[in-house]
Order: sequence, then structure tokens, then C-alpha cells
Amino acid sequence: MSLTLRDFSRHGELNAPAQASRAVAPRDGRPTIVVGLGTCGIAAGGQEVYDALVAELKKRGLDADLVSVGCIGMCEQEVLVDVVLKGAPRVTYARVTPDMVARIIDEHVGRGKPIQEWVAGTITDEFDPYRDVPFYQKQKRIVLRNCGIIDPERIEEYIERDGYRGLAKVLSTMKPAEVIDEVKKSGLRGRGGAGFLTGQKWEFAAKAVGDKKYMICNADEGDPGAFMDRSVLEGDPHAVIEGMIIGAYAVGADEGYIYCRAEYPLAIKRLNLAIAQATERGLLGRNILGSGFNFELHVKEGAGAFVCGEETALMASIEGERGMPRPRPPFPANRGLWASPSNINNVETWANVPQIILNGSGWYAAIGTEKSKGTKVFALTGRIKNTGLAEVPMGITLREIIYDVGGGIKDDKEFKAVQIGGPSGGCIPAKLMDTPVDYESLAATGAIVGSGGLVVVDETTCMVDFNKFFLNFTQSESCGKCTPCREGTKRMYEIVTRITEGQGTMEDLDKLEELAQMVKETSLCGLGQTAPNPVLTTLRYFRDEYIAHIVDKRCPAHVCKALIKFRIDPDKCKACLICKRSCAQQAISGDKKVVHVIDQAKCTQCGTCEQVCPFGAVIRE
Amino acid sequence: MSAMPEKNTMPTGEAHENGTVFDPTSLEGILEKYRGAKGALIPILQQTQASYGYLPRPAVGRIAKFLKVPESKIYGVATFYAQFHLHPRGRNIVRVCLGTACHVRGGEGILDAVSDELKVKPGETTPDLRYTLERVACLGACGLSPAMMVNDTTYGRLTKKKIAEILKKYE
Repeated sequence: MSLTLRDFSRHGELNAPAQASRAVAPRDGRPTIVVGLGTCGIAAGGQEVYDALVAELKKRGLDADLVSVGCIGMCEQEVLVDVVLKGAPRVTYARVTPDMVARIIDEHVGRGKPIQEWVAGTITDEFDPYRDVPFYQKQKRIVLRNCGIIDPERIEEYIERDGYRGLAKVLSTMKPAEVIDEVKKSGLRGRGGAGFLTGQKWEFAAKAVGDKKYMICNADEGDPGAFMDRSVLEGDPHAVIEGMIIGAYAVGADEGYIYCRAEYPLAIKRLNLAIAQATERGLLGRNILGSGFNFELHVKEGAGAFVCGEETALMASIEGERGMPRPRPPFPANRGLWASPSNINNVETWANVPQIILNGSGWYAAIGTEKSKGTKVFALTGRIKNTGLAEVPMGITLREIIYDVGGGIKDDKEFKAVQIGGPSGGCIPAKLMDTPVDYESLAATGAIVGSGGLVVVDETTCMVDFNKFFLNFTQSESCGKCTPCREGTKRMYEIVTRITEGQGTMEDLDKLEELAQMVKETSLCGLGQTAPNPVLTTLRYFRDEYIAHIVDKRCPAHVCKALIKFRIDPDKCKACLICKRSCAQQAISGDKKVVHVIDQAKCTQCGTCEQVCPFGAVIRE
Repeated sequence: MSAMPEKNTMPTGEAHENGTVFDPTSLEGILEKYRGAKGALIPILQQTQASYGYLPRPAVGRIAKFLKVPESKIYGVATFYAQFHLHPRGRNIVRVCLGTACHVRGGEGILDAVSDELKVKPGETTPDLRYTLERVACLGACGLSPAMMVNDTTYGRLTKKKIAEILKKYE
């Protein structure tokens, strides 16, 4: 059942509006129940909820469509279950457990009465969901437009929502150079971190001499604290595939690879399924849509090395080698995979392409700021109320993201900093929260837009310890090829560790700064060049915390074990024996009705007593 | 890595580390799929490991012959990537996430709890080969941190109390 170009021109026109999808308009009037089954939905117990729905529907003999979708972004609220009845808005229930299922089916599906106290939001316009939920009000969904709306395992649903129409437009009406020009004019910049102009990158590869060219998608999302790409691949794999086919046509490539990390088994499964479905319909393979254009696409599974997110290391890994970067030039555009001209973009970049082509560069360039166009997807995590995935226009301030979208800080703690861009990014302090999110403004703070991880930390996070966490990560992930990165990240880690143990000197701070600068300037690839960013930004904005560790031998956040003591407040202690029993070191004395005391000589600062005390009597000092 | 191959490693008949004899049947099936393919080494290693649970020494020898590369090259690749293992592993792989979000929300405590429950340290396997405990840099389930993964299933919103119950499910 191959499709042809004619199948994509509705009423003879390629730009006709999309049809409503099954997610908001049930088929044949049958009720539709939608369950979010991305990795986060499954991790929260989504499969159990899905199974309970199947069982309860069967028990009642009810005829309803049960649909699984990817992540809509409200991770905090998973498991999410939606009920769609004819003529009514799509209603979303949050934090659904299997024992809630029977009531949802009886009252809502059966009698048409939503259970108001469980409702998290409603969708009336599927392209602008949840107007009634603050988390969505400042969002603009281009990359995530289908995530959580369509069933990612059914290509029909993607096609219904304008899927592959950008490709059809390109193949029937545009020359490769026109495609490149359009992407250039849109101002789209690489969403993997570096922010290079996508259209220009394509142009280099298009102009490179060679019969064989490759298109590559970097889906090796290795930054801890980031899951934008995973959500797109799980929730809307065809958007990435369509973007790549368009890119391949523009550049003149006939073969492509999606390099996806092995830690994302569901993304890999859905990509393979999507590729098979697209191939079957003549959207991949030979003579695509009858246009004569050929493009073949493979999925390569990563093998667990952070450095493979670097483009030359990634290509070495596809070739079956150790994933080590090499000096550039030659750039991949001229000499990439198997020495052929290659173009590599990240998942989010690719997912933007079909929409740019379909709606035009002017539409896209109108979103965002002068130099940073379009939207950016952020993974909001850490000590924030609404963790999840948010797509916002470039130029929005960090404050808007954290407070308006993210709902502010969890447990009403004091907001301290936001770590943006993962181990390559930096920590931006609370006082700079009005910084607009665009490539240039964030670089001025010492951080980067990066891939989109945004980890919020409050007063309970020690910035020295936090920096140690990133250095531990980069020093263990350094591939070891170049000396500054291999030795420098290790030595920085040692210095910072010393400081967290109360053994640091003020001289260490100067050494750390000098070393960080040197590693940044002389490392071979992006891993080493950006690894010092957490060091430099914490030194710049949180120097007082370092000094407190060094001079006062004190950890202001009460995190660094060598510098804290646990003590039991005799006024709060109810002498209940709970902490005494749970202490593995038997460091707690006391009895029933005898106030408990911690023996500091035996205490290993494991913090168990603090966690188990029901009265908050254990204090950190 | 401690175990380097000896000279003239025979592809068949050699004892596994766990005492059983290496059966090359499934490896031959894997190799056949990649005859003449470019960049086949990593997928071959991945599928060999999926089939045998780790990369047995005789398998490495056979792969080297098949690809016409020295074994040293294969060990070079296998030890570069965190995914590959040269020793037998547990039937169930427990990966506790220590990514940034999990770090901020108590991932270390979860790792300690799993470690106490299984009585092994990260990187180790229980003597009955039931579990291998590993730490992982990020599972991408940051919204539900702290998180861990058992085989291919991710568990989120963990507390120390939930650990034993989850682990019990895996034989």
C-alpha cells in the first residue's frame, strides 16, 4: 500500500489544514481512552493502569477504543489517563492508579460524567492543549505537537496530523537548494547544544564533493537530567524521520543513521517500528512517493559512552570503532562517516524541519528572538513543583520557565540556582533569573542553552558537592585521547573532592580556576571544552560556599558528610526508639522515655536517623 | 581488564567462566547476519552479549576470526563502552540512576538501599547470579526521580521502602 505524492494534496492543495485526530474526535462515536505510555508513564505504573483498563472494559462488555500515546510532558502527574467522548473535550486524569480505573469507566465512560476531583486538565484544541493548566500557558508546541496526542506506533495518526506533507511539498515543488534556503531563512539553529545554523550546515554537506553522502541523527542524549529527545522519539518518531528525509533530499544523501543510546529501549523499539511502517508506505526506501528520490534509514544502538554525543566520536562508533573524537577540520560535512560527506543534527533539530517546510520560514522566524528563532524544549527537573517537559519560545526568561511553567520550588524551599545544559552547562544563580533564554544571553552568564536539561536546586543543595557530581561524571566519561581533558578533569575532581572533605586551601581555588581555563581552551572536543563550565560558574557565583568549606570548615547546605554532624534535639525527641533501631552503626543511645543521643565517634553521617524520625528531631549542623 | 585471551583461543568447546561449555550455535547465527556488512562489530558484540549474557572469551576469538581483525581490537572496543561485559552477569540487571535530577532527589540513598538489599556493591553480581547491580548516569526518567531500571523496565518515584518489593519480582 505505497503512497504517492497525490495522496498528500488535500483538495489539490498541499497546505490544507490538518484533520482532527482520533485523540480529540472519537471514531464512530465510540468512547476513546488514552493512556500515556512513554518511559515516564510506564515508570509511574502506566502498564498496570492500562491492564486494569483492559480488564474493566472487558468485564463490563463496554466498547471503547484504548489508545496508548507518548509523553505529553506532565511527568509530575503520571500516570495520565484521558477520556474522550463524542462532543466533549478530552479530559485528563492525573496520578491514576489501577484502583481508580473502575470508577473512571463507570462514571465517565459509562455515564458521561467526569470525576471532577481527579481531573488535571482538558484539551479542547489539540494543537494548543490544556489551556486550563498553568504548566502549558506559556508553552508553544512545535516539536512536541504530537507527543501525547497521537499513538506513536500508528503511522496513520501521524499522517492525519499533517505528517509527511512537508516531505510531499519538498519532493513535488522544491529544488534541494530551495529547501536549504528555506531552512536557512527560518533561522533554525542546532538544538544539540552548540547552536550552529542548521541550513548552513546542510549547505556545507550539499556542496561537498562525493557520490555517497550520509544523514545522521544524534539521539545519544547523554546529559544526565535531560530527556527531551527520548520523549520525542517515543512520542513522535515520524517527525524525526520525516525531517531526516527532507534533509537527505536537500543535501543529496541516500542513506542515514539514527544513533540512539541503548538506555532508551522504548525509543529504539518505536523508531524501528516507525521506519518499517514508513518503508511499507513508500516514504522510505527506493523511489520515495514516486518521486525518484531514494533514502534508506537505519537505527544504530549506542553502547554506553557519553563522548559519543560528540559528532566525530559518534561516527567512529557507527563504524564499529572506539568512540573517540578526532580533530576538525576536516569537518563531517566534507569527511564524515566512512570518509564520506555527512550531515549530523540532533533529534529536536530534525523534528522542527517538517513544520518549517510546511508552514514556511517566515512563520518560524517570527517565533523567538532576533538571533535565536523558534522554540526550545526543556526538561524541567530537580527541586521544582512541576517536573516535566516544556517547549517554550526562545527569549522567555528563566524566571518564567521556573515559576510560571514549573510552578516554583518544591516544598517552599528557597530557590538557589538552576543548572542548565548538563555537565557542559553552568549554574545560574537566583539573582540572574531574568536572563532571557537564547544562545547569546545564556553564554554571557557562563552557561549554555545546551541540549535542554534544566535542573533546579534549592538551599538543600551544596554547590561545591554539585560541582563535584559533574566533575565525577566528566572525568569518568572522558575518553582519554587528549591530555587536558583526561588529566585535567581528574585533577579538578580531586581538588573539589578535597574541598568537600574540609581539606582544601585557598590556593586550591586559584589552581582550580587556572586548570579549568586551561582545559576549556586546549581540549580536543566539546566534552573537555565544556567540562569546566560547572567549575567556572560555581566559582563565579558561589565562591562564598567554597570559602565556607575551606576556611570555616563548614558546609552551608549541610550536605558534605565530612563537615556535618547529626544531633538529636532533646526537646523534639519523643524517645520512640525508631532511630535507635534503624542505626546500622549502633551510634544512638537512649531508651523508652529516655531522650536519644548520637555518639559522634560512631556516627558515619549516613542520615538514616534523619529520614526515619517521625518528629523531625534529628538536626544537621 | 584482567582476563585477556590466551594465544590460539579455540572458538568452540572451551569452558565458560561459570563452568558450562561454550555453545557457538547462536553466535554463528548472529555472525551470518553480518557477513560483509560495514560497521558490524558493535552490533555483533551487542547481540552476542544479549544471547550469552556477557562476552565469553571463545566468542571474542570467533568474532575476531570472522571479521579478520585481531582480538586486541575487539577487546579495545569492548572495554571502551560501558555496555559490554567480559564476565558473567546476573539474570537481572538492576541499574540505579545517579543522574543530576536523581542526585538532587536522593538517588545515592536508593543505591545504598539496593546495595544493602542485595548485599553487593555497584558493579558486582550476587553469588547466585540472580542480580547484577550497576550505577547509571541517567535513564532519562528525570521527571520521576529517583529512578532505577530492572532489565528493560523503569521504576520511578522510588523510596527506600519500595526497593525490596520491586526486586522480589525478578527471579
